[in-house]
Amino acid sequence: MQQPGRAAEIKANGIGKSFGSFRALDNLSLDIGRGEFLTLLGPSGSGKTTFLMILAGFVQPSEGKLFSDGVDITNRPAEQRAAGMVFQGYALFPHMSVEQNIAFPLKVRKKSASEIKSRVGEMVERVGLKGHEKKLPAQLSGGQQQRVALARALVFEPGVLLLDEPFSALDKSLRGQMQAEMKRLHQETGTTFVFVTHDQSEALALSSRVAIFNHGKLLQVGRPDEVYDRPANRFVAEFLGEINMLPVKGVRPADNGATGLCEDRAVNMRCKAEAIKGDAILAIRPEDMSIAPEASVNENGIAATAVASTYLGAATKLDLTTRQGAKVTVSVPNEVAASALSKGNSVWLTWPAEKGFLLPDGGQ
Amino acid sequence: MRGTLSDRAGAALLMAPLLLFLILAYAWPFLGVVKWSFTLPTPGLGQYHALLTDELVQSVFIRTLRIAAIVTLVSVTAAYAITVVWVRGSPVQRVLAEFCILVPFWISVLTRAFGWVALLSNRGLINTWLQSIGFISEPLTLVRNEFGVIVGMSHFLIPFAVFPLASAMRSLDERVLLAARGLGSSRMRTFWTVFVPMTRSGIIGSAMITFVFSLGFFVTPAILGGGRSVMIAELIYLRIFQSPDWGLGAAISFVLVVFVGALMALLFRYVKPKQLV
Repeated sequence: MQQPGRAAEIKANGIGKSFGSFRALDNLSLDIGRGEFLTLLGPSGSGKTTFLMILAGFVQPSEGKLFSDGVDITNRPAEQRAAGMVFQGYALFPHMSVEQNIAFPLKVRKKSASEIKSRVGEMVERVGLKGHEKKLPAQLSGGQQQRVALARALVFEPGVLLLDEPFSALDKSLRGQMQAEMKRLHQETGTTFVFVTHDQSEALALSSRVAIFNHGKLLQVGRPDEVYDRPANRFVAEFLGEINMLPVKGVRPADNGATGLCEDRAVNMRCKAEAIKGDAILAIRPEDMSIAPEASVNENGIAATAVASTYLGAATKLDLTTRQGAKVTVSVPNEVAASALSKGNSVWLTWPAEKGFLLPDGGQ
Repeated sequence: MRGTLSDRAGAALLMAPLLLFLILAYAWPFLGVVKWSFTLPTPGLGQYHALLTDELVQSVFIRTLRIAAIVTLVSVTAAYAITVVWVRGSPVQRVLAEFCILVPFWISVLTRAFGWVALLSNRGLINTWLQSIGFISEPLTLVRNEFGVIVGMSHFLIPFAVFPLASAMRSLDERVLLAARGLGSSRMRTFWTVFVPMTRSGIIGSAMITFVFSLGFFVTPAILGGGRSVMIAELIYLRIFQSPDWGLGAAISFVLVVFVGALMALLFRYVKPKQLV
């Protein structure tokens, strides 16, 4: 995180942190690539913010090492790491104007007055704050304060930008706008971004990779489509979006996949079953399942009863109960939902063999 | 604060005895003092004319303002350091600071003034110690002058200066300080360019309270000044009880009250009352 203008490559090795008897972070190892947009995702108290604070140098890890571009920075104080940081609530200097806020990191670095002036001007323009330079933070809207925070964190060209839930205080439409803007800033600056959020859709939309945390442990790291389609465990699967869990009995390997019994009907799965034998859980996203009037030989399917529907505009969310009592949610076109509910509610639930994945029975 | 009508009526009822007491025991008698200033010894503005021309009165006014300004500077600076430790120190430091702030409230102002005399006089602890180690040959004049008055008054006022500062420091967003450090600012620089400016309202409130208190000090300057460094309150006392010149004493009192009132009005334009506690 040293050379200005150059994206940093960060390596965390066996990082752990305890606060008294509370284990906030446990044996975390993670490589953050040069110029990548990594999101740390997890519920509150999962350790994601602690890890960000360790990256920034505000929190000292209890064990483990941290490297930036191959240099050990574990004991380097925050002011010497100089990672750009955007805080929850922005943490702007309330007694300084927009201009003075953005100039602060440059003044600290003793840049010449003319360089400060030109770089602040450039940054103000880049984040669309022209005309607001002389205002105090209290005179700005939430979105504008957010832009000042981003500009202040990026103006000194840090090797890495750390963002702690920066959009949590914004309303939904502004949030989308700021997300797009941040993606653009990431592409323009080429800096490494590490972003903390508890919002899974935000994580999937923005990042080049997502790291999912729970109870102080890093559970999985991967591209958004990887973690969404092939979650490592049940927690990841459920945290990334709604998912159905169907018990499957007698799982065994078969031609290009696995086979087993779901509610007494043979089902085929394309996913590998080497690690899983016997009883397992088949996890399928609601959008991967559909409703058919009757069973088809070529497709997986079980009988179910439609119980309720929620109209979502573009589609309808249909809640069903299978014959053996499993609760299933399916996202279907609106007219399909209407006819399913009208036909005595009894329908056939189907899904293609290549969708869904197997998880160990009852396991996390 | 907002509340229903009955809430406000209840609050007014609870405040009423205090207000009534202030009117009966303070405002009403004071109106009598104001009357004296225009009537004694003869009706007219004679005493106010004397105020403007009497060199002794003027020199006491100027000395009072000078001492109050120095005491304010000393007290607010010392209180700032104590408050930083009290609000942001380790648990042990906090307890120690709290002890230092509260203990002076338990000891009477008279006791403390004589305590300072014992410490600062020619044959007091400080002078005898400095002489015994051979640092000085003649005792230093530390008391019965302005220096002694400033020491004693600052000692009394520091705890009062702490509370507005503590309130400002407690309401400060910790993340702003982290942000400054994260942007590369050293601890010292963060303190001077971020922490101190962000506690500005506390500094103003603290300085105003100290200054206003200083203006009316009587016992401490009377004892530690030893009659050589008379402040305005002592002058009023002398005019009324020793050289019966009630009219002039009353006129000085009235001017002092108006001056303090104006300062308080100025204070509340910049600082909300609840920021002071």
